[in-house]
Amino acid sequence: MNAMAAKRMRLRGMIRKESLQILRDPSSIAIAFVMPVVLLLLFGYGVSLDARHVPLAMVVEQPDATSASLIGAFQRSEFFDPRPYASIQAAQQAFDLREVFGIVWLRNDFSRRLLSSGEAPIGVIVNGVDANQARITEGYIQGVWQAWLASYAREQGVELKIPVRLEPRIWFNAAVRSRDFLVPGLIAVIMTLIGAMLTSMVVAREWERGTMEALMVTPIRIGELVIGKLVPYFVLGMGGMLLSVAMALWQFDVPLRGSFWALSAASALFMLVALGMGLLISVVAKNQFVAGQVSIVITFLPAFILSGFIFEISSMPEPIRVITHLVPARYFVAILQTLFLAGDIWPIVLANCGALAIMALIFLGLARRKTHKRLDA
Amino acid sequence: MEAAPALVFEGVSKRFAAGGRVVEALDGVDVRIQPGKVTGLIGPDGAGKTTLMRLAAGLLMPDRGAIRVLDIDVVREPLRVQSSVGYMPQRFGLYEDLSVQENLDLYADLQGVPPADRPARYRELMHMTGLAPFTRRLAGRLSGGMKQKLGLACTLVRPPRLLLLDEPTVGVDPVSRRELWAIVYRQVRDQGMSVLLSTAYLDEAERCDEVVLMHAGHSLGQGTPASFSEPMRGRSFHVNAPSLGKRKLSTRLGRVPGIIDSIIEGEQVRVVTAETGLPDLAAALPDVPDLTAEAAEPVFEDAFIARLKTREEGVAGTATTLVSHQVAESAAGEAVIEVHELERRFGDFVAVKGVSFQVRRGEIFGLLGANGAGKTTTFRMLCGLLPVSAGEVRVAGLDLRRAAARARGRLGYMAQRFSLYVDLTVMQNLRFFASAYGLDRKRARQRIGWALEAFELADYVDTNAADLPLGFKQRLAMAAALMHEPDILFLDEPTSGVDPLARREFWQRINALAAAGVTVLVTTHFMDEANYCDRLVIMAQGEILAEDTPAGMKARFRSEEHPDPTMEDAFIGLIEAHERQGEAAA
Repeated sequence: MNAMAAKRMRLRGMIRKESLQILRDPSSIAIAFVMPVVLLLLFGYGVSLDARHVPLAMVVEQPDATSASLIGAFQRSEFFDPRPYASIQAAQQAFDLREVFGIVWLRNDFSRRLLSSGEAPIGVIVNGVDANQARITEGYIQGVWQAWLASYAREQGVELKIPVRLEPRIWFNAAVRSRDFLVPGLIAVIMTLIGAMLTSMVVAREWERGTMEALMVTPIRIGELVIGKLVPYFVLGMGGMLLSVAMALWQFDVPLRGSFWALSAASALFMLVALGMGLLISVVAKNQFVAGQVSIVITFLPAFILSGFIFEISSMPEPIRVITHLVPARYFVAILQTLFLAGDIWPIVLANCGALAIMALIFLGLARRKTHKRLDA
Repeated sequence: MEAAPALVFEGVSKRFAAGGRVVEALDGVDVRIQPGKVTGLIGPDGAGKTTLMRLAAGLLMPDRGAIRVLDIDVVREPLRVQSSVGYMPQRFGLYEDLSVQENLDLYADLQGVPPADRPARYRELMHMTGLAPFTRRLAGRLSGGMKQKLGLACTLVRPPRLLLLDEPTVGVDPVSRRELWAIVYRQVRDQGMSVLLSTAYLDEAERCDEVVLMHAGHSLGQGTPASFSEPMRGRSFHVNAPSLGKRKLSTRLGRVPGIIDSIIEGEQVRVVTAETGLPDLAAALPDVPDLTAEAAEPVFEDAFIARLKTREEGVAGTATTLVSHQVAESAAGEAVIEVHELERRFGDFVAVKGVSFQVRRGEIFGLLGANGAGKTTTFRMLCGLLPVSAGEVRVAGLDLRRAAARARGRLGYMAQRFSLYVDLTVMQNLRFFASAYGLDRKRARQRIGWALEAFELADYVDTNAADLPLGFKQRLAMAAALMHEPDILFLDEPTSGVDPLARREFWQRINALAAAGVTVLVTTHFMDEANYCDRLVIMAQGEILAEDTPAGMKARFRSEEHPDPTMEDAFIGLIEAHERQGEAAA
């Protein structure tokens, strides 16, 4: 038998063995298919950066037709859940108890001043504990107020003295649904976890159960060992990826404006990076527990925090922004958010794919070099 | 002309850094393994056997020296060596979630066995190992002996020219052990294979063509087993004294000057002397009138002990200080452990069924059986660690179902693999166990002092339990179990994996405890150790096959061809009879 045939036979044996182990081990199936579903459901529904149905205390000291019209405008807005309070004291109490997030206060001279001077500022108090939510709420209140003021002026035939009118247009995510950009980013985080955790733990398992020692004293080459591990888990990881994309499209109604093929190619590239990281971890950590912990700390957490999936990279301080360049998920998040929401913007997609390709080469190369058929190296 | 050796070590040294200390695992070792023979690598725990195996397999690189395997330089071409040898590590890496057949397929692929050759080779291997009916079973569901045979089959799927087996028979029942040896010899005969096999069982040395004796990183000698045992002629004796009993006799003979070893063998005591000729025993033991002694056929173990004892003076000399407490005297022959129709089920699986026996005060009672026979399950129920499914257990007069905690206060338990806190030092372990048993400060200090002295642990107080040699782990575990001066001691596989010297010490300590009135219940799969027991039961598949004294047990299997059967013969005989019965019933 020639060397090529022997090589092919060894590789086939390894891949078949690894695949059988995947099929028989519920935990690897769970990591690849159950975890993405759970995480997507949790984040897709649980985490929202939008202000919607914000409970708002409405204090109207002298109710009349004008104030009722303003309250109506708040009630019609899907962003607010207005609740009437009789006095500012009662509203403040509710505010302190966190029953309402903000207060809109119409004093008893509201209608009079509005009619006489054409403007009657309303009092607005917003809970600033969650600064992000406070800023969004404040903006929405202002929006409702200005829209109402404009239509009120038209009705009254009064010319309002607002010099410039802002007409905002939001591109790519017209509804400003945070889910639409969270879910693609989340896919990157999930893929990092699946890729790194699966491979790091399965290699550690071989060390732990003593199968590695027996494996090493066979004609198998290191390259074959690495490829034999990569192929089945690549397939498994891509399966998890496909499931996540399907959930994004049909469960969360996230649009896919770019091409599916670009998405597949970029995902395959990223999968190689994640698997490479996992292999590298497994070279260091020779038991499953350590491997699992290490892969969470050095792959999952940075992917979560430093990838721009939730926290905008451009608003991070300079030193941290530099560090984000080392996080592979950063490039994949950019690719995914672009492909899902904006479309095939090739300069962005290709530049980030280039970065991923370099990282894949580095991680896989290191894993290959660091794996020895020896116990004391 | 002599054929080229299969394996050559020349001045090989290998050191490891472990826990800040440098351990010299091998120190200038020279070994030549002859082709077409079975060479045994024999030595106590920590002698460097596994390091030598791994060096030969190219898994480790030597610090100094040259290694040639099948005329290939391992240091330069490890991959070529790994492609030509078969290696079975101590814990053979079977994929437990793959079936027997899938494991074989994997190794056939890795070893490049042409598909056309496979059916015949598989059939042969399955026939040899007796695994043919189980090819579809998951490897994880096989018994310990079957796993080991499958591991060997995987290693042999493409017959290697040199077979390296690292302790292949450890923890394997006697029946499977015999089968493993038969397979190995068949390879040598049919394929002309060379075999290097390490073992901790000294009786297996006699089965090897050649033996390499290892100790503390050195090779002490190489030759046929007879070349080791023959010089011992005239230094090995059997001593008998029915009036004293074999255990007391063994203890007292051990203290006679000029005697370097005294162990129980069958119904007599085997003695090895420092020089040719027996010392004057009548003078040394004047109070024993019926003392008789006769020369015994020397065996490898005698030579082993003689060589190591002269190197390690003072080993196992101090069983005397062991028992600081004398157990409260009570009516002799009173049963302290009573087990009646004990049963334990795990789902559909009946792990233990219909087990009944009684143990009297001061007795050493043995539970003998292969792995998976139900010994450990029985034990856990006796200690109150596992609820019983049916039946009664009384320990020290207390019903375990109702007063498990009180009963536990009376007994000491040494679990399999010693269950020590490996990240704590010896002192910290002892302190922990003292507090776990609720000893007050003064008594704890007193008992820890006793433990360090009686078990000679003083040199290791600040060593982490993980870094202790196995024999010392065993001592520490036993000290921990005796912290609260229990009058009943439960020992689960206490000598598993421990080398012969440590085993001797261990049994001396147990003898001393029993002599002081402590009741000892012990499980073991070492057949020769059963001779230390007063009475024993042999278990298989959760049932008791027989209960008897060691002499009675062996006498059942005395026959024309076996005039002096060993415990192993008795064990195998019982298992075979049981299987025949099972077949007849089915």
